[in-house]
Amino acid sequence: MALLGLDPKVVATARTLAARAAEPVVSLAKAHTTVAVERATLRLAGITGADSTHRAGDVPWVNRVIDTVREQCGLEHGVVLPAFHALRENDIGSLTELAEATAAGQVQFKIPTGKDLTAARKASTSAVSKGLRTVDRNRVQRDKLVAKWGDPAQRPWIYLIVATGDIDEDVVQAQNAARAGADVIAVIRSTGQSLLDYVPEGATHHGFAGTYATQENFRIMRAALDDVSKEVGRYVRLTNYASGLCMPEIAVLAGLQRLDMMLNDSMYGILFRDINPIRTFVDQRFSRQVHARAGIIINTGEDNYLTTADAVDAAHTVTVSQLLNEHFAHEAGLPDPLLGLGHAFEINPKVPDSFRLELAHALLARELFPDAPLKWMPPTKHMTGDVFDGYLLDGFFNLAGVLTGQSILLVGMMTEAVVTPFLSDRDLALKNVRYVLNAAGSLAEDFRPAPDGLIVKRAHQVLGEAVDLLERIVDDGLLNAIADGTFGLMKRPADKGKGADGVVEKAPEYFNPASEMLEAAQ
Amino acid sequence: MSDTKRYVRPYGDTTGDGMIQTSFTLPIPCGPKADGAALQLANKMGMDPAMVVHSNPIGDDFTFFVVYGSVKHLVDLDEVKVVEREYPLLTPAEVNTALKKTLRRKLVVVGGCIGTDAHTVGIDAILNIKGFAGEKGLEYYRELKVVNLGAQVSVPELVRSARTEKADAVLISQVVTQRDAHILNTQEMSAAFREAMGDRRPLLVAGGPRFDPLMAGELGVDRVFSRGTTPGEVASYLVHAMQAKKGVAA
Repeated sequence: MALLGLDPKVVATARTLAARAAEPVVSLAKAHTTVAVERATLRLAGITGADSTHRAGDVPWVNRVIDTVREQCGLEHGVVLPAFHALRENDIGSLTELAEATAAGQVQFKIPTGKDLTAARKASTSAVSKGLRTVDRNRVQRDKLVAKWGDPAQRPWIYLIVATGDIDEDVVQAQNAARAGADVIAVIRSTGQSLLDYVPEGATHHGFAGTYATQENFRIMRAALDDVSKEVGRYVRLTNYASGLCMPEIAVLAGLQRLDMMLNDSMYGILFRDINPIRTFVDQRFSRQVHARAGIIINTGEDNYLTTADAVDAAHTVTVSQLLNEHFAHEAGLPDPLLGLGHAFEINPKVPDSFRLELAHALLARELFPDAPLKWMPPTKHMTGDVFDGYLLDGFFNLAGVLTGQSILLVGMMTEAVVTPFLSDRDLALKNVRYVLNAAGSLAEDFRPAPDGLIVKRAHQVLGEAVDLLERIVDDGLLNAIADGTFGLMKRPADKGKGADGVVEKAPEYFNPASEMLEAAQ
Repeated sequence: MSDTKRYVRPYGDTTGDGMIQTSFTLPIPCGPKADGAALQLANKMGMDPAMVVHSNPIGDDFTFFVVYGSVKHLVDLDEVKVVEREYPLLTPAEVNTALKKTLRRKLVVVGGCIGTDAHTVGIDAILNIKGFAGEKGLEYYRELKVVNLGAQVSVPELVRSARTEKADAVLISQVVTQRDAHILNTQEMSAAFREAMGDRRPLLVAGGPRFDPLMAGELGVDRVFSRGTTPGEVASYLVHAMQAKKGVAA
């Protein structure tokens, strides 16, 4: 039930403006490919493993192939045509063997023509279909397991982070967290992985403040959560990060290993990691198409804006980003139930009425996106190290989540910014959530903010400011707005940033069976 | 507090009661034995008498305790020695204000990983707005202009960039330490700056987990930061160094 009395005309205007702002960027995304999109395509076609003899350490085979193809004939036509032509021409059985031969310098890549072209198209389409079928089977399997073991008994779902750096330790922590009530486990990545232009291989045991996202780590954790799901009698979901320079590849690996949610923001990499804007928008579109196919819920990163800018002054930038994320997601084929738009409880607790303002912002998101599984993020900026204060603040965060009907609640830690949580910190934090959820019960039913009260007025004000900002973005162009520092105060010009050299304009004859099948399915 | 007080003990609700509270987890199942174990630990920590006021199981194998008690230890204030940082830790707002006042323009920072080192973890933790340990990176500071050159930057490239950008400070990060690569690379870098720019060279700062802060002289740089350094410490240092430089010039 709508409590804010938002004007449907203003809401519709906001959506139209977001679509207009996004339009040029979508065209740009369609006109380009990237090394990461091409690698993701080859991964769908079945390439695995890494070159362990390379002097720089393990280099994934897929990187060797893409780099060589790019050197010898460019990526304008996509990687599959030269790769599958080389397979047939050299009578090689698999892509991984092709990679080995490539590393040994035995393969000369070229763009096939005529009959060779037809053969390469056919062979690559069949290989990529096989990968997509695995993704499809995983989706069916998830539905089956959810039906069998059940969804969490309550909303919001309780989302907990583990991060030890060692996948084996993560398994222990994750299973214990599930037993203590967590419905979603996120394995946070090693610091700096977002800026690696390759996906590490195998099970890993030495991350920096997190564990590397690898296909094998995904498999190990999903299997462990299946075990514990059976034990606790509900399907425990697994989250990782499809962000950074390998966004499309990690999306594919998530689909292949039945991950359930992925962090995937349209602008986070640009703003907070200084990744090239075009690279990000191209990679983001492909990764979202993969997520749509895999039935993976994306989590967007609006909470981050509020860690750099003031949570009251910049509240409308969150709304603008949510509307943009929504449009990009819809355009890539993601329906509302897979749209975990983010927002956060980050207002300075010393501000008078801070809790009422939080309620206004949270309710605005709820009513703008009624069918999206909103992700509600806990305070981080105003956690001081005084764990007693922090515990109280987290309690209010939990209450705001229940009162405004948030869908996914990331469990706040009173030790935020102090240490990685102790076993007991996590246990206490979960107790806090359970107490508030249980004590508040269906309090949302009784919550009726006064029509002319601060909460309603504030929500209208933020929506109004969001519309104003969207108008400016439409006039200025989204890429210019990003370059000017509109979001999170960061200035990111379209031709700068990491990974810019991995962007390639598509030739008219560009061919990518994965893109074609993903677009066709929409 | 009066200067004459030399010995103190914790204060619960009466002077000299020595009362503290603490909490911890032991890897044993909850029960009387666990409570006894917690009491023993508390006693060994110097709490006597100690009261285990609360215990609860965390799963089957762990127990969480809250303990109150009086500690026997005395604090001798004469023995308290504090390592004074030669510069104060500033908040981002204070850094911005100080730089504005000292320079009247933005301070330019050029950073990167030199040599074959591809580990940008360190430089990104300091420079990226995402930051490290709950602190925003230097990009977040309004009065800093940050140019992050990324990984595998050659020394000539670094010098060139520092010159074009009119860098006030150059930050380099070194993670790989095989055959002392981090030391040799850094020395090569500082020598190149000395040769190219002499006294007009920018402030040189090296960082990495295997560096010893005492090595600055040997490396030919102005400052060395080691493991666990946060962006705020680096920013505060830059302010301090700039103020010192201006002070000398004036």
